[in-house]
Amino acid sequence: MTTTAHNPAVESHGHEHGHAEHHGPRGILNWLTSTDHKVIGLSYTITSVLMLVIGGALAEVIRGQLANPNGHLVTMAQYNELFTMHGSIMIYLFAGPFAFGALANIIVPIQIGAPDMAFPRLNALSYWLYLSGAITMLLGFFVTGGAANFGWVGYAPLSDAVYAPGAGADLWIGGLLLTGFSAIFTGVNICATVFYLRAPGLTLFRMPIFTWNLLVVSILILLAFPILTAGLVMLYADRHLGTHIYSVAGGGVPVLWQHIFWFWGHPEVYILALPFFGMVTEIIPVFSRKPVFGYKGMVFATLTIAALSLGVWAHHMFTTGVVLLPFFSIMSLLIAVPTGIKLFNWIGSMWRGQIWFSTAMLFAIGFVVTFLIGGLTGIYLASPPLDFFTHDTYFVVAHFHSVVMALVLGGMAGLYYWGPKITGYMLNERIGKVQFWLAFIGTQVFTIPQYIVGLNGMPRRMAVYPNDPEWQTLNTWSSVGAIMIGISTLLFVVNIVASWKKHPAGDNPWDGHTLEWFTTSPPPHHNFFRLPQIRSERPTWDHNHPEAKALAHGKEDH
Amino acid sequence: MELTPQPPKGAPAKSRLRRLGAAIALPIAGILLSGCTLPSFGARTPETTTGQSVYHLWQGFSVGAVIIGALTLGLILWAVLAYRRKDDTIPKQSQYHIPLEVIYTVIPVLVVVALFVATVVVENKVLAMPKTDVSINANAFQWGWGFTYKDHNAVAIGNTTETPTMVMPVDTDVKITVTSTDVVHGFYVRDFSFSRYALPGVRNQFTLHALKTGTFFGQCTQLCGLYHSIMYFKVKVVTADEYKVWLASFDTPEGRLAAAQAKKVLAEQMSAHVPVKTEISRGAN
Amino acid sequence: MRIESKILLWLGIFFGLMCAVYWTWSLENAGGVMMFFAMGLCFLPGLYYFWWSRRMGYRPEDDPNATQETGAGYIDAFPGSSIFPFTLGSGAFFVVLSMVFGSWLLIPGLGLVIWAALGGIAEGRRGGDK
Repeated sequence: MTTTAHNPAVESHGHEHGHAEHHGPRGILNWLTSTDHKVIGLSYTITSVLMLVIGGALAEVIRGQLANPNGHLVTMAQYNELFTMHGSIMIYLFAGPFAFGALANIIVPIQIGAPDMAFPRLNALSYWLYLSGAITMLLGFFVTGGAANFGWVGYAPLSDAVYAPGAGADLWIGGLLLTGFSAIFTGVNICATVFYLRAPGLTLFRMPIFTWNLLVVSILILLAFPILTAGLVMLYADRHLGTHIYSVAGGGVPVLWQHIFWFWGHPEVYILALPFFGMVTEIIPVFSRKPVFGYKGMVFATLTIAALSLGVWAHHMFTTGVVLLPFFSIMSLLIAVPTGIKLFNWIGSMWRGQIWFSTAMLFAIGFVVTFLIGGLTGIYLASPPLDFFTHDTYFVVAHFHSVVMALVLGGMAGLYYWGPKITGYMLNERIGKVQFWLAFIGTQVFTIPQYIVGLNGMPRRMAVYPNDPEWQTLNTWSSVGAIMIGISTLLFVVNIVASWKKHPAGDNPWDGHTLEWFTTSPPPHHNFFRLPQIRSERPTWDHNHPEAKALAHGKEDH
Repeated sequence: MELTPQPPKGAPAKSRLRRLGAAIALPIAGILLSGCTLPSFGARTPETTTGQSVYHLWQGFSVGAVIIGALTLGLILWAVLAYRRKDDTIPKQSQYHIPLEVIYTVIPVLVVVALFVATVVVENKVLAMPKTDVSINANAFQWGWGFTYKDHNAVAIGNTTETPTMVMPVDTDVKITVTSTDVVHGFYVRDFSFSRYALPGVRNQFTLHALKTGTFFGQCTQLCGLYHSIMYFKVKVVTADEYKVWLASFDTPEGRLAAAQAKKVLAEQMSAHVPVKTEISRGAN
Repeated sequence: MRIESKILLWLGIFFGLMCAVYWTWSLENAGGVMMFFAMGLCFLPGLYYFWWSRRMGYRPEDDPNATQETGAGYIDAFPGSSIFPFTLGSGAFFVVLSMVFGSWLLIPGLGLVIWAALGGIAEGRRGGDK
């Protein structure tokens, strides 16, 4: 059946609940055929959280192996598969799709007052390609030779046909090709949606920061992912079609893979991070009952990060000895500036507010603190001499786990914040708070020993390590942290079951600022029955609190 | 420190800022003046000249990180403790404070420039290639190392069962050339605070200047396949005399035989793969 | 539309400058080429949007004082549900698997892709699947 999208006029339909003109198929067929961005977004959310659980389970095995210097939980060959697939699942199948496919898919169109994504069928295709990619990559565990075992970065020539002959490597490449196209299509879709489907009055500089970040992420996806795809096709050609692009034997250059991979890989870091920055930027002001501090600075910081992110890739390659060190050093150091602006803006948003410590807010603050640690240790790595010192040790592992665990905390904040909007029911706050403290403390217990053991010289990707009592103690603590994080993730699943259809959320449980809190929970097909007048980036707040407009600097006294 | 917009009262706010500036600047100055009494911030004391430059850079970065981290964490904690929701009133809806925003843009830029200058100074020291007679070729393969010595018969080769030992003289510039015959490996000695990839097709060169004799633990740091975890090597730093004696031990008939055998093993190891193509690395060194 | 195009154009200009500095300084080609094409990838949509913004004029969503009535009404008609994204996705799945397990998988793969392409286009022309 055909659906006709209309932009609703103000108050024209009144405020009806639950019913829309849409009568699509039900059940499994609905899931297979739906082009509704909320259904697709929910599929994305469930699939990517499942990937988080799978990747997390692999991490627990890894930490189990490392709790002892001579762990016998897995063999060295299995260990190589484990950390490769842990990294691949977390980066390619969880963090990315969760960042720009899951909550973004549900929230961005609603935040800009659009009835759906610009290309609903392309959106559905993105999800099916993502799911296919995930299945393809995971199939690696079931073929002879096992899954890919050359690290999630797949450095040539270790990933070529000589050193990685199995089908697992090909499945890894195939899975990445599929998820790569899925990401590109999502990028096109979000760009077009944001450019063409905003509600009247919602100028570009009135968009919520979350949507802004997703727009910038989409531009970055369109710049970065085609390069990864090209690199993977060349890798496949090297493996099976007899080319020698990455192999010295035929006149190729192995470092070329590293250039291509990181030219995608570093923008990818921001593709992963910016959506979570956006979530936190939505959550902190709402629970502080203030507008986001330095809105315009925030937008320009995001754009600066995007611009710089394409010029920093080789800080992953300082120790190759074949890159221009000063250029990449200064560009990488400079990225700290816009990131710092964001951090101070988050604090500024809380300053003199009325902070309500809901689970979502706790997770958001946990994100800020963890990200601060990850960000500060990242500055060291932008300096080539310090990178020579710490490269490929656990210091680096700890640095990026601080960052990505901050993102996981941010993602949890997003789920607790928007969960009621998506399902229509509140999540249990008490379980949520236990989950937060376990995850937050677990993260620090997990990463801080890794920083120390890294400075002590323990390299990454080690199935066994020298029998040093200090290394063992630190690794055991790190494993304890990993178990805490694991339990906290299980608590999230418990929470969903425990609060299933218990407490209806109402339209606006948090006194939210943006348009998604103006519609029903869950929103109807095509999202809105009516829209408020939009005169700032907080239309719902302005509608509910007309007396409390945001103040520009110096215009208002007490 | 005020984060919300203030009516233009001028002097009081400024003096408060100045006092805060003094509160930050004084300890930094104190720490910098006291020089080498800085804590190690978790790093090991390195045993090479370049390692010590890196160590001091590490300390400098750490001072900055600790100050910025403590300041930011303090602000977060203050906000969290002081602004808990007490009632249902709506706080002042302040959104911009241009001077403050300019401050926390400009100061980080200055910090970054300072860090960058320090980085370049240390980087030039670390990557310097002084003229030297001692030149060692470290060849990495799956999964072991072969060390050959320019102009000498000496050779050391080993794998995962027999850990190879690289012998080098103390208090001398030693030029190391790292190459790989198969996949990417990493040459890393934790007590030298230095690592460099062994890339197939590239001759990577750097200088080590050890300050102390002793045996140091080295390891491959870049994932290179199945036995990556146990691809160890040792670096034995000896006095100049001991080094000469060790080199001479390969010039006796038995020594020549042993060296020839070891070199044959290494050559087999290398011919199983591809010859190393010379490629000048640009820009970096 | 004007600001949208400007964002992309300014990003493109920045990448162009960065590319010039990097390439002349490092003489390393891979990064230089990739940055050059990044610049191109910004100019391509940027110029398109710029051109489009002049034809399109001022839209309600660019007007800070627009009322909701100005944007009310018909946007477009599209299928409320469609099986073809799933068909196309599974087609692509089999095509990729054929790279690993053998080209016989191209038969179901390309079959599904062609079916999805034809069906999807026809569906788009009709504006719906019924």
